[in-house]
Amino acid sequence: MVLQPNERRYRDWSHRRLGPWCSPTGSPAPLSCETGCGEGSWILVCRLLVPTQVSLLSMEEDIDTRKINNSFLRDHSYATEADIISTVEFNHTGELLATGDKGGRVVIFQREQESKNQVHRRGEYNVYSTFQSHEPEFDYLKSLEIEEKINKIRWLPQQNAAYFLLSTNDKTVKLWKVSERDKRPEGYNLKDEEGRLRDPATITTLRVPVLRPMDLMVEATPRRVFANAHTYHINSISVNSDYETYMSADDLRINLWNFEITNQSFNIVDIKPANMEELTEVITAAEFHPHHCNTFVYSSSKGTIRLCDMRASALCDRHTKFFEEPEDPSNRSFFSEIISSISDVKFSHSGRYIMTRDYLTVKVWDLNMENRPIETYQVHDYLRSKLCSLYENDCIFDKFECVWNGSDSVIMTGSYNNFFRMFDRNTKRDVTLEASRENSKPRAILKPRKVCVGGKRRKDEISVDSLDFSKKILHTAWHPSENIIAVAATNNLYIFQDKVN
Amino acid sequence: MLSKGLKRKREEEEEEKEALAVDAWWLDPSHPAVAQAPPAVASSSLFDLSVLKLHHSLRQSEPDLRHLVLVVNTLRRIQASMVPTASLPPVPSVPAAPGMADNLLASSDAALSASMASLLEDLSHIEGLSQAPQPLADEGPPGRPTGGAPPGLGALDLLGPATGCLLDDGLEGLFEDIDTSMYDSELWAPASEGLKPGPEDGPVKEQAPELDEAELDYLMDVLVGTQALERPPGPGR
Repeated sequence: MVLQPNERRYRDWSHRRLGPWCSPTGSPAPLSCETGCGEGSWILVCRLLVPTQVSLLSMEEDIDTRKINNSFLRDHSYATEADIISTVEFNHTGELLATGDKGGRVVIFQREQESKNQVHRRGEYNVYSTFQSHEPEFDYLKSLEIEEKINKIRWLPQQNAAYFLLSTNDKTVKLWKVSERDKRPEGYNLKDEEGRLRDPATITTLRVPVLRPMDLMVEATPRRVFANAHTYHINSISVNSDYETYMSADDLRINLWNFEITNQSFNIVDIKPANMEELTEVITAAEFHPHHCNTFVYSSSKGTIRLCDMRASALCDRHTKFFEEPEDPSNRSFFSEIISSISDVKFSHSGRYIMTRDYLTVKVWDLNMENRPIETYQVHDYLRSKLCSLYENDCIFDKFECVWNGSDSVIMTGSYNNFFRMFDRNTKRDVTLEASRENSKPRAILKPRKVCVGGKRRKDEISVDSLDFSKKILHTAWHPSENIIAVAATNNLYIFQDKVN
Repeated sequence: MLSKGLKRKREEEEEEKEALAVDAWWLDPSHPAVAQAPPAVASSSLFDLSVLKLHHSLRQSEPDLRHLVLVVNTLRRIQASMVPTASLPPVPSVPAAPGMADNLLASSDAALSASMASLLEDLSHIEGLSQAPQPLADEGPPGRPTGGAPPGLGALDLLGPATGCLLDDGLEGLFEDIDTSMYDSELWAPASEGLKPGPEDGPVKEQAPELDEAELDYLMDVLVGTQALERPPGPGR
């Protein structure tokens, strides 16, 4: 299914689409970064679905709301695998929120504009643009199909009226330009109103085409394609603070690109051994420092983080700093290495700390202390006794992401059973929330969840054995300056904001 | 590919599932069984599971390298724990040892190392064959190529190594991913001898060259058969 590159603004349509349960009630709360994650302060703003049928609708048709609600994939059971969200990312202002899915599609949501008439709708996001970023490809030499799943999306800072983002699948990175058009030229000399060419002999007068307003149209165009530089699967992309370069990392190599040059890239990290038999470690994530354009970090499957300085040498195989926590002998098991494998690494906004996520914990490291993290948070320690089963069903290999809030005071990551966790670094309090349709009423305050480990289970608690391991929250995002979060659960995108009274 | 003695029967699989349902009791230090004896039984189930995972991972057309590396490392850990005193010598013949587990361990150990090694090597060969234009090794400060190398020349350089790879390996490189380990082992020697027809029709030949010829014939059959399978489907399908 190929989507139209030019998508219409679905402002009114999406309002109808979201259905009655999303009608907000009550007055809005002032939003502040300092509120932290205290108990019971998060509310559901909206749940967004992008069904595969969206491109077939047109603004011109008079659409029956009931028909929309019935035909859309509102129900989990109708979702196809292509709709599974594989990445979520706010842009630098938080005005736009991009998602990528397994079908290679990118959907961009835009925040509802503040208006005096509908103040209560502030904080909602509506579909802004949809386009097919990557298509499935076939590598004929290796007889392999290259998945179109979007692994990562990263926004470029806005420099003009258009928006730019990088999206990548396993092998190819693309730079997309998303721009609005609200005028079109009319009055061509050589074309008539339908676009048919006119016979020059029939033209007796000349006129100057004029720009006339039209319905707002958002179009996405691929501006650059960065291909053929990765033998292994790309797991990370990161835009440099110089806004001229970015890096892409696969299992064994990291390449540095210039946005303007697509036919070559510089290899800055290469951990491929001369003899593949000696391979024992792979790169799992990489990111540039938010302010120092020469510094980046990359994490490994052995639970280590290396910080590299590109000024030291052209090939950054020797790290400047090496972060590793010694293994706790009391927790040693056959699965120690697997659960220590880092699935995500993120610099704090300040650039002073890095946060890493491994299977059971989130750790915060001070860049100046390499021998151990300064903070360790248990995400779901009750799984430690279940590692064997989780190894058998491959859940132990799940890669969870983690995010900072705008002020670096709260960190968030996902878990199973559609649970996600927030840790307040200052108060040391944490909360478990759930992103699910059954338990979320619009604008109602989210109830904290609790997992019962053993003994008597309280009424609201859920026991470890009842957890649904197929419902995993791998991807989350936090608005850069406000307490608005986006949580991806399979094909659903939940947007929550905090409510401060 | 992990051929020797690893064809598992249904009963074994069910046993393994039962063992796993017990939820890693052997890791619990307070459990009396753990304190008394090394957890040999549970570990062999874990070993089998890991071998299965490795097998499954390698069978993928493009294995997830992270998954593969983690499973291999875990397998090595399990192996190390199962052979605490001395490492078994890579003995080709299966030693007479009590119990199925030991047999499995002894016979599979040598094969496992060899197979893992050859399969990891396969990965690098597959990569070598289809080496996309490699990223330029930096020749100067990052961000700009040095003045003496114009972009046009750079593009040609990128094409060079890729084609060189194919020619360097020669035809043998193309066949290296075909697994012939089953037919390389001495277990096949008696069988092929038995199948040989009556007296030779020429000067007396050595054992080795005859076997080689038979192997080559078989290889050619396999290749021709494989090529027939791999012929891409015609248009319109």
